[in-house]
Amino acid sequence: MTPTPHGDNRQLEQRAHAIRRNALMMGKVQGQGYIAQALDIADVLAVSYFHAMNWRADDPQWEGRDRFFLSIGHYAIALYAALIEAGILTPAHIETYGGDDSHLPMSGMAAYTPGMEITGGSLGQGLSVAVGACLGLKRKGSKSRVFNLLSDGELGEGSTWEAAMSAAHWQLDNLVAIVDNNNQQADGASRQMLSSEPLHEKWQAFGWFTQRVNGNDLAELVAAFDAARAHPEPVPRVIICDTKMGRGVSFLEARERNHFMRVDADEWDKALADLDEGARR
Amino acid sequence: MKHTRQFPAPDPSRPRRSTSAMIASFVAEGQKTRLAPFGHALVALARERPAIVGMTADLSKYTDLYVFAQAFPERFYQMGMAEQLLMGAAAGMAREGFIPFATTYAVFASRRAYDFICMAIAEESLPVKIVCALPGLTTGYGPSHQATDDLAIMRAMPNLTVIDPCDALEIEQAVSVIADHPGPVYMRLLRGQVPLVLDDYNYRFQLGKAAMLREGREVLFISSGLMTMRALEAAKALEADAIGCAVLHVATLKPLDEAAILAAAAKPGRLVVVAENHSVIGGLGEAVAAALMRAGLHPAFRQIALPDAFLDAGALPTLHDRYGISTEAICSQIKGWL
Ligand SMILES: Cc1ncc(C[n+]2csc(CCOP(=O)(O)OP(=O)(O)O)c2C)c(N)n1
Ligand SMILES: [Mg+2]
Repeated sequence: MTPTPHGDNRQLEQRAHAIRRNALMMGKVQGQGYIAQALDIADVLAVSYFHAMNWRADDPQWEGRDRFFLSIGHYAIALYAALIEAGILTPAHIETYGGDDSHLPMSGMAAYTPGMEITGGSLGQGLSVAVGACLGLKRKGSKSRVFNLLSDGELGEGSTWEAAMSAAHWQLDNLVAIVDNNNQQADGASRQMLSSEPLHEKWQAFGWFTQRVNGNDLAELVAAFDAARAHPEPVPRVIICDTKMGRGVSFLEARERNHFMRVDADEWDKALADLDEGARR
Repeated sequence: MKHTRQFPAPDPSRPRRSTSAMIASFVAEGQKTRLAPFGHALVALARERPAIVGMTADLSKYTDLYVFAQAFPERFYQMGMAEQLLMGAAAGMAREGFIPFATTYAVFASRRAYDFICMAIAEESLPVKIVCALPGLTTGYGPSHQATDDLAIMRAMPNLTVIDPCDALEIEQAVSVIADHPGPVYMRLLRGQVPLVLDDYNYRFQLGKAAMLREGREVLFISSGLMTMRALEAAKALEADAIGCAVLHVATLKPLDEAAILAAAAKPGRLVVVAENHSVIGGLGEAVAAALMRAGLHPAFRQIALPDAFLDAGALPTLHDRYGISTEAICSQIKGWL
């Protein structure tokens, strides 16, 4: 695909909107789910897939592609939504989300889904796998990069920091970690459970080129992904994205923060309408 | 990785079932249940036992420990999503004289935190009570959350007592018993609306003791956990075919009540069927088989258990049928074997 020209985020806005729509339609199929996360991360996925990464819709295994590693298996609904928008999956898949014998299981698994690079679900493993993949890509002389989407909850796992230290040690400038800092985990607000702040200083101290942005601001995201590409030092790159759960659907944004959000049957169409309404403003 | 799974086209005549992730229920329609039996029993016990503390790794809601957290906020420790830390810190708490109940999902205790449980807790025989939700196949979420191997892993650990309770009543009773036990315990947990079954059998949980719940002449079920519930249902259903089934419930897998198992299996002419919500490898089935062999008993022997495989994602009832642990699947296997 061709990267969007700088300074014009209209196309990316449309992509993000389509990703949110796809996710809501999958949520409607199951009646519940990790919809608030999908809405908060849609902008990051739009910029990743339609600005930053190289890939081929007709060949998800193309050797020259950039790899997108989703260790947070429960965010699969968000990635499926992006893969549908990218044409790697089709809209016909939406109906099957989370059902029996579906290519779209509720938690992301590599064997089930074209475009799903790794099996997630046991959180805190993705960044280690990314380190190895980056070492392998360098060993092959490949110019491909690895993007690893992490959650703020995953920052609690010690394995994440082992990998963070290792990535800097091996000077993995082909690694881009993206942290969805939505301040939410299963039991409540991340910062009240095991605070990982100060985040910027922490990643910097671990030797990473560190940026912290509003993860729901496309212009900031584009600038950050561009800077991550252009940064001259041989160090791994991290983009910490402060995001808002439920972003784009006003009544879900306002709802009590919830890891596994309950949405009533009649609310899904309202959510789609609210999303479309917001996009027209 | 290249995706390799192929699926048949959806059959529109079949009702669409949903995965329902962590809140999947195996409660049968009309079954009696109790809400959060572990949480409420722990609160009741903690009122008398100030040494009890609750600890979790971002899963108090999904292990019913939230009930304790609400009742005793000062005695509740939210460690964040860090299972190795959870087990290490529980060991530290125990060293200082407390009795920590540490909760997470069974997969994350048995896989991620194994070494910490092994060396920090079990090697010193510290009184940490590890209580873990989603045992065996109790979620359709996929292998990351399906603890099909936890009993094999935990049974192999010296000093550790391993328990697989059947229902709400047994969980309630087990809480105080494991708190009194001086060493470390791994207990599988059913959470949320938990079926109530054993109240009909005048049952009382005793650590290390198996219990004969009903007698029968053709089949001897030896079962643990929710498979005891299923074995009892199958036994009732098989009465219609004049197949008499005994059910020996083995809640404690380690130490195993070999005397009770051998006594039951020594009765001649019965097919011995070990039923467990676990892989065929390393669980109750192999433990019973080894005990029989050592004693020189050779009854006809079958296992009802999950295959040695990473299981599918999907709706839980679909998967219980697919892997042969639903009541209907148990009945048809028994009929095939007799
Ligand atoms: C190793 C591991 N421990 C626990 C869990 C259970 N779990 C699933 S999601 C989740 C919350 C993790 O935080 P985060 O990803 O930030 O949650 P979200 O933002 O989606 O609410 C937990 C504890 C898991 N999947 N993996
Ligand atoms: Mg989060």
